[in-house]
Amino acid sequence: MRQLIIFVKKEFLHVFRDRKTLLMLFGLPIAQIVLFGFALSTEIKNSKITIVDYSKDVVTTNLIQKIGASNYFNIERSLKSATDLQADFKKGISKMAVIFPENFGSDLIHTGKATVQVIADASDPNLATTITNYVTQIINDFNAQLSANSAQPMQIMAEIQMLYNPELRGAPNFVPGVMALVLMLVCTMMTSVAIVKEKELGTMEVLLVSPFKPIYIIISKLTPYLIISVMNLFIILFLSAVFLDLQVKGSLLLLVFGSILFILTSLSIGLYLSIGAKTQQAAMGLALMGMMLPTMLLTGFLFPIENMPIVMQWLSNAVPSRWYFLIIKKVMLKGLGFKAVWKEILILGSMSVFLFAISLRKFKIRLE
Amino acid sequence: MRTLLFLLDKEFRQLLRNKQLLRTLIIAPMIQLILLPLAADYSVKNISIAVVDNDHSTFSQKLIYKITASGHFKLTGYTNSYPQALSMVEQEKADLVLQIPTDFEKNLVTENQAKLYIAINAIEGTKANLGGAYLASIIRDFNSDISVKWQTPATSDVPQVTVASSNWYNPYLNYNLYMVPAILVTLVTAMAAMQSAFNIVEEKEKGTIEQINVTPIKKYIFIIGKLVPFLVLGIVIFTMGLILARVLYGVVPVGSLFVLYGSLILYMFAMLGLGLLISTYSGTQQQAMSLAFFFINIFNMLSGIFTPVDSMPGWAKTIVETFPPSHFIKIMRLVVLKGSSFSDISYHLVAITIIAVVFNTWAIINYRKTA
Repeated sequence: MRQLIIFVKKEFLHVFRDRKTLLMLFGLPIAQIVLFGFALSTEIKNSKITIVDYSKDVVTTNLIQKIGASNYFNIERSLKSATDLQADFKKGISKMAVIFPENFGSDLIHTGKATVQVIADASDPNLATTITNYVTQIINDFNAQLSANSAQPMQIMAEIQMLYNPELRGAPNFVPGVMALVLMLVCTMMTSVAIVKEKELGTMEVLLVSPFKPIYIIISKLTPYLIISVMNLFIILFLSAVFLDLQVKGSLLLLVFGSILFILTSLSIGLYLSIGAKTQQAAMGLALMGMMLPTMLLTGFLFPIENMPIVMQWLSNAVPSRWYFLIIKKVMLKGLGFKAVWKEILILGSMSVFLFAISLRKFKIRLE
Repeated sequence: MRTLLFLLDKEFRQLLRNKQLLRTLIIAPMIQLILLPLAADYSVKNISIAVVDNDHSTFSQKLIYKITASGHFKLTGYTNSYPQALSMVEQEKADLVLQIPTDFEKNLVTENQAKLYIAINAIEGTKANLGGAYLASIIRDFNSDISVKWQTPATSDVPQVTVASSNWYNPYLNYNLYMVPAILVTLVTAMAAMQSAFNIVEEKEKGTIEQINVTPIKKYIFIIGKLVPFLVLGIVIFTMGLILARVLYGVVPVGSLFVLYGSLILYMFAMLGLGLLISTYSGTQQQAMSLAFFFINIFNMLSGIFTPVDSMPGWAKTIVETFPPSHFIKIMRLVVLKGSSFSDISYHLVAITIIAVVFNTWAIINYRKTA
């Protein structure tokens, strides 16, 4: 036991001596939470659009004004003719063109019908669908005003209420996601070099010939990162409460417990990679490059998991951050209790035990 | 020149000798490119809806049928009580709740007006936005259906503006066409550019950089020797990625390959410059990695791959302008989907060039041959 404490102390000294890494370990989650919390939003607004008005009458001016006044659009350019449209799309300076044909106003008044043409740049299908929808809505409102005098029969009015996040801010979705992402990657990366570094520098030999047990080596490697990660967690929670107005609604104890399980799981993944790798570069390659995008995509905060093909849904089950993301959302944002998250906690617990066990088995006490 | 060739020979040998690293660098991105586009699908199909039907009328049944038949929604709950539906939202079993109040049909027929209540879980912005929009348009349709059926169309003399919409460049709204080029960019960025930083720092950590420092090799030759292998590796990954994208996802660049590769090489200079810069600031590989992670993670999240840059606040947009990947991702999407030419993308090319010059100059000034 005394040995272990001495070794943990040694590892701490190693970590704290490396000021640059330490600065990154703390600075990185903080900077990212704040940056992403403020900057990211899936809400589509300020889309740049082009207006082509062949008619130039009272009605089109009125409609253009309505479109321009909406938050969703920025009228970037007004063209005289639609021939230049292609060039705008190819430069990427316009997402949509709204075209009013000649005699738009007089057609509307005399024949009671006029058609506005909307061309969306559908490279981004989601954006195209959404902004086409917005324009249609604006025009429907305009229609409703036209027919305001003659009463519409059988009106259904839908009242929409946004739960948990009435202002549709990006932060309530992104903060838990980024928390899961950052904690997972930082833990995995840092431990991924821990063992292999000693191998590469040749100091592993010294450790192996000592009477020190392998499990102690592993525990002493993990402890500093566990403590740093828990400190990070508190800093993140504090920042999101103060700056992003996201307080922990449920039990803090439960959240911290879930977080520690998640951190242990991530540390074990790094450990496993580290034991298997021959060089630091290979370990980092796997940890940073190999895990970053899958974690980003399969956690569920960018793309809904239910939408994915079954294979990807299975794969996402193996990603710890997916479960942790659910825990944060339920405990932190919705304020639910243990009953709602016992399944996720059980999964994370078993994952960490399993990963730690196979790493321990794989740990060789001989150098090749 | 001869010195450079020797150095390149050494670097390529070292890179090709490390089989485990090479596997990681080439196979890992390919597996990701095969699998991840399957996950990166924003098209919202299976929104779970819980219906609270307090009316149990023909109209309420018809409306529910219309919603489930639309293909966007999946009916996961049908109850009488609103609290019960709300608890389904809490357990993530439903994304939105539609409440049909008592006397919905009666009010509609007798008073010409009825209300519906929709509650949406707004934590996930995309789903909330699109789900709400879809449901609203279904209700609108349902509304016009029944008013046509029940009333004589007295509205024909009211002028109406109709919308004719069309989708260019991606008429089938295929999400892969949009995501695959961007994912390829992130893979090239992560794999090739950042490994260059680790590579130089490795020589520092092992002490072998001293040996090079005492030779008459000029620092820019040493740097070129370090960067060229990763430039080649980047081009290899990019090419393999383009082939995979074509075979698996049918993504065929509309624009010319010449434009694509020209931009790629320019982009690689910028990212290799960043790698170099990171290496001059780190003494150990662990430091280099944490710095690299910091940048890559920010690049990935903010460069407009997943969320629209236009929706960000102004200060964030300015920051994003200085990220090389955000420009290269735009270039990729423009060239692959729309066939833009060099002159169409000139703004982004100029931006990347400026960034590349800044990074590389900064790095070379900061790199010292003395330890």
